[in-house]
Formats: sequence, structure tokens, C-alpha cells
Amino acid sequence: MLKMIEAILAKRIVTENISFSGHKRMRGQLQCLNNCDGCGNCSAVCPVQAITIQDGKPAVDYKKCIFCGRCVETCIQGALQHSNKDVMGNVLTETQIQIGEMITAKLGRSLHVRHLDAGSCNACDFEMGALSNPIYDLHRFGIAFVASPRHADMLMVTGVVTRNLEQALRMTYEAMPEPKLVMACGACACGGATYGATYAVCGSAADIVPVDIAVPGCPPRPSSMIAAMCAAADILAERL
Amino acid sequence: MLQVQPENLRGAANIFSAAGKNPLAAMFGADETLRGGGLAIYCLFYNAEKRDMDILKAEFSADGDLSYPSLTPILPAAAWYERELHDMFGFIPREHPDLRPLVLHETFPEDFHPLLKKYPVDYQVRGSRKYEMLTSAGEGLYEVPVGPIHAGIIEPGHFRFSQAGEAMLQLDAKLFYTHRGIEKAVEGKTPFEALPLVERICGACSVANTLSFCQAVEKLSEADVPRKAWLIRTLAAEMERLYNHVGDTGNVCAGVGFSPVISMGSRLKEYLMQLNEMLAGNRFLRGLIVPGGVNCDVDENCLEEIDEVLRELEKEYRDIVHIMWEQNNFVNRIRTTGIIRQNTAFELAMVGVGARASGSVRDSRKDIGFGIYDELDFAVVTETAGDVEARIKVRVGEVYESIKLIKQLISKLRKEPEGSLCVDLGMLRTLEGSWGISESARGDNLHWLMLDEEGRIDRLFVRSASYPNWPALTLAVQGDIIPDFPLINKSFELCYACLDR
Repeated sequence: MLKMIEAILAKRIVTENISFSGHKRMRGQLQCLNNCDGCGNCSAVCPVQAITIQDGKPAVDYKKCIFCGRCVETCIQGALQHSNKDVMGNVLTETQIQIGEMITAKLGRSLHVRHLDAGSCNACDFEMGALSNPIYDLHRFGIAFVASPRHADMLMVTGVVTRNLEQALRMTYEAMPEPKLVMACGACACGGATYGATYAVCGSAADIVPVDIAVPGCPPRPSSMIAAMCAAADILAERL
Repeated sequence: MLQVQPENLRGAANIFSAAGKNPLAAMFGADETLRGGGLAIYCLFYNAEKRDMDILKAEFSADGDLSYPSLTPILPAAAWYERELHDMFGFIPREHPDLRPLVLHETFPEDFHPLLKKYPVDYQVRGSRKYEMLTSAGEGLYEVPVGPIHAGIIEPGHFRFSQAGEAMLQLDAKLFYTHRGIEKAVEGKTPFEALPLVERICGACSVANTLSFCQAVEKLSEADVPRKAWLIRTLAAEMERLYNHVGDTGNVCAGVGFSPVISMGSRLKEYLMQLNEMLAGNRFLRGLIVPGGVNCDVDENCLEEIDEVLRELEKEYRDIVHIMWEQNNFVNRIRTTGIIRQNTAFELAMVGVGARASGSVRDSRKDIGFGIYDELDFAVVTETAGDVEARIKVRVGEVYESIKLIKQLISKLRKEPEGSLCVDLGMLRTLEGSWGISESARGDNLHWLMLDEEGRIDRLFVRSASYPNWPALTLAVQGDIIPDFPLINKSFELCYACLDR
């Protein structure tokens, strides 16, 4: 027992600020440099058809993107590159929200989240589990995972929706009280294209229930999930 | 490979299993009608002596009788494989004691067998079939249904407990909720095109699945994977085993509400996930391993960082383990809970931590010795009690072995001269079955691959480590009290996604 208390005290606080930049090698948002000639190789090689060529430049649908890096490897010009930044972070700076201010604003609120795996590979689920570790400490933002949809403000869906889970998703959504939100978390739930169309898959989360907010990534990094949950708390506040 | 008539499959399987010395590693079907064949059942048996797999095949005419004498009565390990064969191809194993559906739930019609080539991959058909749960009846007995959506952040599965008071009399597990049809989805793709899907069969076993798949592909080529690539691959594989085991050591304590250790374990796991991102650009090590080698190097800074983090981590991990064994009330909960006897482990052909905690000395890194594992010094950790405590002890022992392995790999990588990281595999041999194996944190992960005339995937079968261990979980809980189920479940720490595909 003493050893345990000693270990807890010795570590002090390990919680860190969330960050949208990863290690140098992280495959984050795609950047296209000026020497792009619009050849379309990136679009052809994309396993989930997330890239289309618009006005001679690749446009990326981050709802589908699995950040595999194939487009970057294929680019002959070397014009397409991964940055080490999360897409979610950039979505937020576009709306001119500084993370620091946002967090302060959120501290007065709360969001209760019910997780539902609709057919994921479990990577999103493990990252969601990581949100509760002492490094990310989700509770400091007033956000908590709850055990029942009846206690939840938001349903956080991971995975493509499989035929075997379609009914569970519908019923869980219906069991939630109003006002309610749905977050599609990760490329499968957002884009539904990860495994293509198969006999066992119904599509993305939005094909079954109304989705309010999407978090790109395969899987999204914990920081992205936290930012998205804070943004969701804002949306919920507007609906009240 | 030996080919037999369907009627002789049981007899041949009996001989191949060598009275249990060579356990059944996998059993699956294939539709070979597009190239003039029929339907086939393949059985793979481990052969530790030859460090290889023995392969048994039975061929059926496509429009003829698909029944054959079930293997389950003589090899209980075949039970779920045969239920899957029944669902996916329509095979009828006669005398199978429990031929309920396995993969396809209520919304699929009875006569739909998705892996038959006549159905396109996106064939959507609705129907209704029965999926009855196994229950016990009698005075004072009652049922407790749990799932598929659970209270915590875990994957979906439905468990039906038949209770006599607090004691679990019987448990039936309905799984395959996250069945995405990946085996069908990769058909017609080249191995390169299929790779992102294979990497996404499971998050926590991304490396294991990719490594097994790549080895299956590489066996169809004349080219040799460069040694340096194997060093980096093995580093990734051991990192994956390590982060899983460290996280699971903490997580098993969630089964008894032992919060400080949950928190400490999850913190250490996070440090490893951050190392993964540095190594591969992805926290689950995706995108690193490719057929022919690896696609990025590991530089000195990276090795130094891993070395440094592991040194600190090992020290802290030892403290955590000390804290766990010091708590008598924790030890009371885990000792003699959820026992799997050696004989059961053996009959179900269990793998990984589950098997090694029940006295079975099986580890594909030693038994098959793929890649460069033969050059490395490590021990296979085993226990004999077969309870939750034994499984935790095996896991803890494997953490130290993985750290030892990573240290060896770092020093080998430092000495390894600059060289190629990936070899061009050239033309791959077609119409030839090939398998690849790797050791995930949950046990050995086996892939079977066959390419068609054009070099596209004709059949991929994925037998993850969780497959043979799931049926064991339902036996382990019998007689224990229902509050111990989460604990027993977490001590196995099986993947749903890997199993469901």
C-alpha cells in the first residue's frame, strides 16, 4: 500500500496540453506544393478514393482518408507531402478558435458521451480508451464516458456500420434523450469507404443516423478527439 | 499437401493431428470453380518438428453434395471453423454437435453463402435466419443477457449467461458483430492494393496481421527480404507486443476496480504509443511493413529515444507489478479464477498467453522461427495453473522478454550496415497456396493466401490469435461467479475485430 501511494505521489502531474502536431514522421494533413502538374497518380492509387483532381490540383476528402501515405509515395513531382499536423487542428484554426480560449470556455460545461463500435478495427476504440489516461485526462474538460445511451448527450460512433450492428446503432440512437448529437469518429465512421462496399457493410454512420460532427483520422489521435468533443459541447449548448 | 476425398477428411485429419502432437492451426474453405475446380476445404496442422505446416485438402464438386463427416467429434478445435464453413460456403459437416450460425446474424437469409464466387462482393440481400443462444433450463436457473453494446469502451459481442445464483453455469458468446467481409473485399485485388485493408483488420494487431500477410506474399516470390528490413519489422512486432501487454497489465485491474494500477498501466502504454508514432508515423505502427520489406529506415535518434524510454519504462513497470502482487485482496480475486486446464488448452489448440498460462509451450517465434527470431535470445514464458493469475504472470514475463528483444534489436540495428530496405518481389507464383505466421500479443496470427492466374487475390483466410482462444473463454468462466467475468475476459484480452474480420 505504501509503495502504491509513494508511486502515485512521485509521478506528480503528468497531464499534458493537447497538441495537434505529432512526431516528424506522422502522416497528417496533406500539402500540395506548386510544382504539382495534376497528373492524377495520387487519385488513382488512393485505396479509399479520397482524392479527386479539381482545377489541376488534388482535393482530399478527409472524411475518407486513411492517412496511409500511398499518394505521397506515388507523387513523381514530390509535390504532395504529409505534414505532421492533425486535420482536426486545422479545421479549428480556420474558424479562428484558439485552443486555449476554447478550453477555458468549455470548463463551465459538460458533455456525456456514449461510445458505440459499429464495426471498427478497434484502433479508434483503443484511442478513445487512451483519453482517460493521465496524459490526456479527458475529465478536465468536463467530458465523461457514460455506461448507457440514456445518460448520454452524444453518441460517438466508430467503424463502418456492419449489417450485424445496424440495428444496435439505430436502437442506441433512439434510446438517447433529446437534445442529442452524433459524432462519427475515424475514417470508417466518417467516410465508410475503408473496406469498400461489401455484403456485410451498410455504409458510414451518416447512412444510418444523422451525424453532427466528424473526426478524420485512421485512427484520429487522442488530441483530435478531445478537440472534436469540445466543439461538440459548443454545438450542444446552441441546441439547448 | 495431401488431397483426399471428402468422406476421408476425418480419417486423414486424425492421422495429421498425430494424436494431438500436431494441433489444428486453421480450417477454411475456398471456391475454386472459376478455374475449373470445385469447392475445397483446407486444414492446416502445426508441425513443430518440421517447423512447418502440414496441409490437408478435400475437394468437393461444386454442384454436388457438400456434406462430409465433421472433424469436431475428434478435434474439438474444429468446432467454430466448421460453423464458419457452413455459413460462408454452405458445407455441411455431418455429426457436428452445434451447427448454429456463427458469422452471419439474423438479417442474412439461410441460403446466402457470401464467399461463393457467384456472389459479387457488394451483394446485398436481406432475409431472416434464427440465431438461438445456448441456455440451460431448470428450477431456479435464470439468464443474464449482456451486450452487444457494453457499458465500457469495448468492442461488441453478446454474452448469454445461464446462472445458478451467482455462479455461471454456462456461457454462450455471440460474436462476429464487426464482420466487415474483409476476406471477400480483398478478392480480386493485388497484394499491394489489399495491404491497407489487411492493416485495418484489427488495430491492436496491425503489425501482426500485416507481417503474416507479407510473409504469405513473399513465399510466392524468389526474392529474399533484406536483413535490415527484418530487423525493423521485428522491432515493430515486439513494440506491438509490448504496448499491448503493458496496457493489458493495467487493464486487467479494471476487472476488479483496482484504479491506481489501471492509471499507471495506461500511462506507460501512452509513452509506447508515442514511440510508435515516431517509428512509423502512426500510433498503431501502420504503414511501416510492406511486401518485400519496410518502407522507412530507423535512424540513430530514433533508436536512442526508444532505448531511453524503455529504460525508464522497465523500472516503472517493475514497480507496478510489485504493487499488484503486494495487494492481497487483488491476489485473492485472481488466484484460482477462470481456470483453463492443460488438456482443454490442448484440445482447443489454444495459442498465445491463454495457452502458455495452461502449461502449453507454444510460440510461433520458436516453433516456426520466422524472420530473424532464431538469431535472438529470448525465453517462452509459461505457467501451469491456467487461472487469471497465471495469465497475468505470463504477460508480465513476456513484457520483460520483449524489452530484452528490443534491446538486442537496437544493438543489431546499430551494427547493421546501410543497405536496401525493400526488395522488388517480381512476378509472384500463382495458383499456389501460401501461409504466413507471426506472433501477436494474443498468440500466433496465421494468414493463408492464394493468387489467381493474374496475380490477384483469389482467397485470403485470416486466422487471428483470438480465433482459437474465444471458445476457451466460455469454458473458463464455468463455476466462477458472474462478477468475475470481466476479470476473466480481460485476462485473455481477445480481439473481436480480428476474429470477426
